[in-house]
Amino acid sequence: MSMKTSHATFKERIDIQMQDGYMRQSVANAQERMFSNRAKAADALGNWEQWREMGKEIRQHVLENLDYYLEQLSDKVVENGGHVFFARTAEEAAGYIEGIIKEKKAKKIVKSKSMVTEEIDLNKAIIALGCEVIETDLGEYILQVDDCDPPSHIVVPALHKNRTQIRDIFKEKVDYQGTNDPEEMTRFVRQHIRHDFLEADIGITGCNFAVAETGTVSLVTNEGNARLATSLPKTHIAVMGMERLVPTFEELDIVVSLLCRSAVGLPLTGYVTALTGPREGDQCDGPEEFHLVIVDNGRSTILGSEFKDILRCIRCAACVNTCPAYRHIGGQSYGSIYSGPVGAVLSPLLGGYEDFKELPYACSLCQSCNDVCPVKIPLSDLLLKHRKVMAESKLTPLGERAAARAFNYVNARPALWSKTVKVGAKVANAAIKDGKMLFNAGPLKDWTDSRDLPQPDGESFRSWFKNRKQTTVEQQKNEAGDRHD
Amino acid sequence: MKVNFFVTCLCDTVKANVAKRTVALLEQLGCDVMFPEAQSCCGQPSVNSGYVESSKPAMKSFIRAFECNDYPIVTPAGSCAAMVKAYPEYLKNEPEWAKRAQAVADRLFELTQFVVRELGVVQLGAKLVGTAVYHPSCSLIRKLGVRDEPLSLLAEVEGLTLLPIENQETCCGFGGTFSVKMGEISGEMVKEKVRHMSEVTPDYLIGADISCLMNIGGRLHREGKVIKVMHIAEVLTSC
Repeated sequence: MSMKTSHATFKERIDIQMQDGYMRQSVANAQERMFSNRAKAADALGNWEQWREMGKEIRQHVLENLDYYLEQLSDKVVENGGHVFFARTAEEAAGYIEGIIKEKKAKKIVKSKSMVTEEIDLNKAIIALGCEVIETDLGEYILQVDDCDPPSHIVVPALHKNRTQIRDIFKEKVDYQGTNDPEEMTRFVRQHIRHDFLEADIGITGCNFAVAETGTVSLVTNEGNARLATSLPKTHIAVMGMERLVPTFEELDIVVSLLCRSAVGLPLTGYVTALTGPREGDQCDGPEEFHLVIVDNGRSTILGSEFKDILRCIRCAACVNTCPAYRHIGGQSYGSIYSGPVGAVLSPLLGGYEDFKELPYACSLCQSCNDVCPVKIPLSDLLLKHRKVMAESKLTPLGERAAARAFNYVNARPALWSKTVKVGAKVANAAIKDGKMLFNAGPLKDWTDSRDLPQPDGESFRSWFKNRKQTTVEQQKNEAGDRHD
Repeated sequence: MKVNFFVTCLCDTVKANVAKRTVALLEQLGCDVMFPEAQSCCGQPSVNSGYVESSKPAMKSFIRAFECNDYPIVTPAGSCAAMVKAYPEYLKNEPEWAKRAQAVADRLFELTQFVVRELGVVQLGAKLVGTAVYHPSCSLIRKLGVRDEPLSLLAEVEGLTLLPIENQETCCGFGGTFSVKMGEISGEMVKEKVRHMSEVTPDYLIGADISCLMNIGGRLHREGKVIKVMHIAEVLTSC
């Protein structure tokens, strides 16, 4: 699966998704649960705002010194006996991994959850080599057996499905005979894929954060599958976005705390793993070979742009879990593996405006995302910047551009504006009756599909103010009150 | 005290009565209200659609309009206040204009912010009997940080009981051009807002942003609900 998950248009996607009652209920329930858990976990620290500020500073510092830390990381990984590959593009990243698969004559690969491997369309490349790949994160596993259904959430990829749907998928695809009890289904999958861990030639993981000072890759999971995937197969390949690192373990401590609390509302997840190089001579565990693939794929362009703040992102999805637009359209509407506010910012940057031009408009600018982001990314401001770039590159509809031009022309001329308002107030009053427009008003249809129009008061304020008699305050209040009632 | 009134385009053309009640409220508090006639729209519909460059002449025209004196500027809308407060950032490449924008922004107050913080008044002697849901608009709470002011004013209204609702601080779905450009999503958001409100069957819906009130009110009207929609200026001048 690449970045782009659908060939339908945005409007077609949301029309389909919004009719999916199961999805909408699942998303609403998950949002409520994750939002309140996050708030509790954040409040429990007592000084959450200071933590956020610290998280922002750490990530900002890394971005400003990215070349230094990447070099340090790379040197350390090599020193520890590992291999490092810098991939400029998705193709280069996938190509390098294909090379390892061929060299090892690998027949089976186990993966733990990784968004960046989806971004580079890795599974497709692996399968094309005739190699089997098994997603071992429960959510990813559900999607994989469901004919590679696209993820709808960056942390909880199968969020859009309820337990009964999951039971039905397992029943049809992997001959599951049990109930829709989550624990029972989880136990089944654990048994079902255990042999895959033992048989796999290669384990592939993402990387939540790399520690530059020690050359360590850290993984934050709740299921323990990443530990099996990195300790049983002879070769471990970790794939990371080039910005996902911290200077030392001290900063790792802080960003992992921010991540766990923001993502799942817990002080820590079940497993926080730190892997430093392949197994050494006297050790009995771990892979014999370790590769770190560092993916650029457009990130250095973002780093030099007005969108660089998005590279602070630690992929916690707190913004997704609070977004009211996401709540109603679900993750698959975004048509990208990255959904919600972060996806609406990131997808056009990594995948281009052509495929993702609507996403920056799927936002009411409520700024709820800005408030919860643990590294203080001004997400709604970045969405506005996208709109600005598109408007100024003439990627917006012609009619909209003309309307904006006309509006700005009148709005910059006080006398003309004043006249327009006075006439407009009268016309609006005459044109709207009982919440309906008396004639077809084009774009207003999208408003009136779900709500009525306000009844205008009839006279503009400025006409009234100019003509008002010098009456007493009391009389004015009564007059205004009478009109209102 | 002399104050300038920034009416906002929606109040000027569609909801003049809210503007009149705001003037009445300010006069009741001893303010001498002036209306600089050269004022126009803050530019949100255009700026929030990305047409920032072509909106700049209107921003400058707005700044000029309020440079006619040094008195505070008061407006009955959080989102318009937040927009004007963002002018210095939009005009940062023109330092002279950015400075002028900052001077205007510093004098600008949202109505409840002005009454509570600047005038130091919460008791206005208003009376409105019944139950109400107060909608804290996104612009007020998240952009301007005005969370407690409207609540402290409403707490002093005789006979009025505020009812909490589920997801109270969630956006109503207005979002300016979002409500037409993404009408389907916006529509679902306002439906959910009205559902949560209806669960507590209030007599009134109260807010401090006319745009959100038009949005929620439009849905209430469509559903035939009898909840009366009131701007906070109307509530505070009820007796």
